[in-house]
Amino acid sequence: MSGRTTLNSSWLRWHAILVFGFLYLPIITLIVYSFNGSGVGGFPPRDLTLHWYRILLADDAIWSSVLNSLLVALAAMTVSLAFGIPAALALDRANFPGKALFRRLVLLPLILPGIITGLSLLMLFRQADVKLSLLTIILGHGTALISVATTEVFAGLQKLDRAQEEASLDLGANYLQTFWRITVPNLRLSIIGAALLIFTLSLDEIAVSFFLIGRDNTLPLEIWGRLRRGITPEINAISSIIFVFSLAAIATWYRLRQGAEGKPDLML
Amino acid sequence: MFSRAYRTAITVPPLLWVAVFLLVPYALLFCYSFWSVSPSQVIVHSWTLDNYRQLFKVNVYLQTLFRSMWIAARVTIFSLLLGYPLAYYLSFCTGKRKELLYQLVIIPLWVSYLVRAYAWKTILGSDGVLNTLLQYVHLTQHPLEFLLYSPFAVVLTLTHIYTPFAFLPIYSTLEHIPRNLVEASHDLGASPWQTFWRLIFPLSIPGVLAGATFAFVLSLGDFLSPLLLGGPSGIMISNIVVSLFGAAYNWPLGAAISFCMLALVLALLFLSESLEKKWSLR
Repeated sequence: MSGRTTLNSSWLRWHAILVFGFLYLPIITLIVYSFNGSGVGGFPPRDLTLHWYRILLADDAIWSSVLNSLLVALAAMTVSLAFGIPAALALDRANFPGKALFRRLVLLPLILPGIITGLSLLMLFRQADVKLSLLTIILGHGTALISVATTEVFAGLQKLDRAQEEASLDLGANYLQTFWRITVPNLRLSIIGAALLIFTLSLDEIAVSFFLIGRDNTLPLEIWGRLRRGITPEINAISSIIFVFSLAAIATWYRLRQGAEGKPDLML
Repeated sequence: MFSRAYRTAITVPPLLWVAVFLLVPYALLFCYSFWSVSPSQVIVHSWTLDNYRQLFKVNVYLQTLFRSMWIAARVTIFSLLLGYPLAYYLSFCTGKRKELLYQLVIIPLWVSYLVRAYAWKTILGSDGVLNTLLQYVHLTQHPLEFLLYSPFAVVLTLTHIYTPFAFLPIYSTLEHIPRNLVEASHDLGASPWQTFWRLIFPLSIPGVLAGATFAFVLSLGDFLSPLLLGGPSGIMISNIVVSLFGAAYNWPLGAAISFCMLALVLALLFLSESLEKKWSLR
């Protein structure tokens, strides 16, 4: 588009630079001060050191919470996919009473403040006399994130050519074979995308977990507990490590998608 | 082409799961809001409107609700002011770098919410990065105390968190505007501002509504940023709910407040959805 048809772009460019500065300032600060010998804060940063990373490495409580978080994310991913994929198929292919309500209900946890979903589930578990543990967090995340699997897979289904499934059924494959050999492979990009998104969202989730936590902490809750006691660059260190891992995950996913579709697409 | 058995197999399990883990809990929240707590701290399962009466009688609840809405409104406005021009710039002025810049907006979303709030805390504190920087360059002699533990800190942090959320739907509607419409408007003699106000902005309204709803609703219910950065003057409605479910131990009253919040949010979602529909038809 030529410069003549759109608004003055030098003003807009400065605005964009400012917004990017605003978005990245905390992240850069976070990473820089993870190497700061004299703690969080103080300007300029001085005594660059790996001290905080060494302390982090020896911090068993953090690593066991990381393990818990990975376990929860993996299990929540399984639950969300196990119910989210059929839900997308159902919305695409079946008519049933309450379909409109169902569609809205599934999407609700993503747009509602986490506290409402968290509290509601807490009441459920209390009425049912279920003890709070990592399992209750898994159920919470798994349920709240079904929407991600459903929307991603539903979008994938809209592009799917049904003739293949039809042919498979005509050639004598049963529904289960057709599902595993035709439907799932055709939807693999949507499914992998949903899985990655659910995994990272679950790793970071705190509002729902806040109410469903038992004795074992997930990483965000472990960090939360420490923040209430005071701040230490150890938190910067673990956050920086996670940031680098997330970047790697995005890059991998992006490559994968680009390779498969030949052209980049919107991620969310 | 799909048999009845197949349709049952894909419908019933998700339906049951969602009923048990979403419908029942939300219904339970509603029920709880009509129950009460006995002096011996047992939940009494008899129906009463007392919680709702208390909600309207005790000033602090409504005041905090209004303060939360005011904070959320400011977050929404700032997120749109930051997000809209950015979306416009990316969509219309960047050419080949568009994809890269788009990813740059998304990446902060992958940094934990909690961690970003914490990062702001380390920036805004009285011996934080900003205050020590200001003193280092001799702009101030003493730390500015209003930066942290104030509604300002909460608004700033939430704006930081929800700007990408406001950006995304706006960007997506701008990307869907056919470029030949813009060219046509230019060829017919419209100035860039006229093209913007008469063509681009009206077509982007559904995105603005979606972004604004996201930012408002999610910041309205936030309780972690206020706890971390808000101080006593930055307390929001969800903080009251958290304390009612914790130390104050009055689940029914907490449920009543949550249910009001839920109703408010659903009303907003409904409103924004119908407005979006109206504007998409144009």
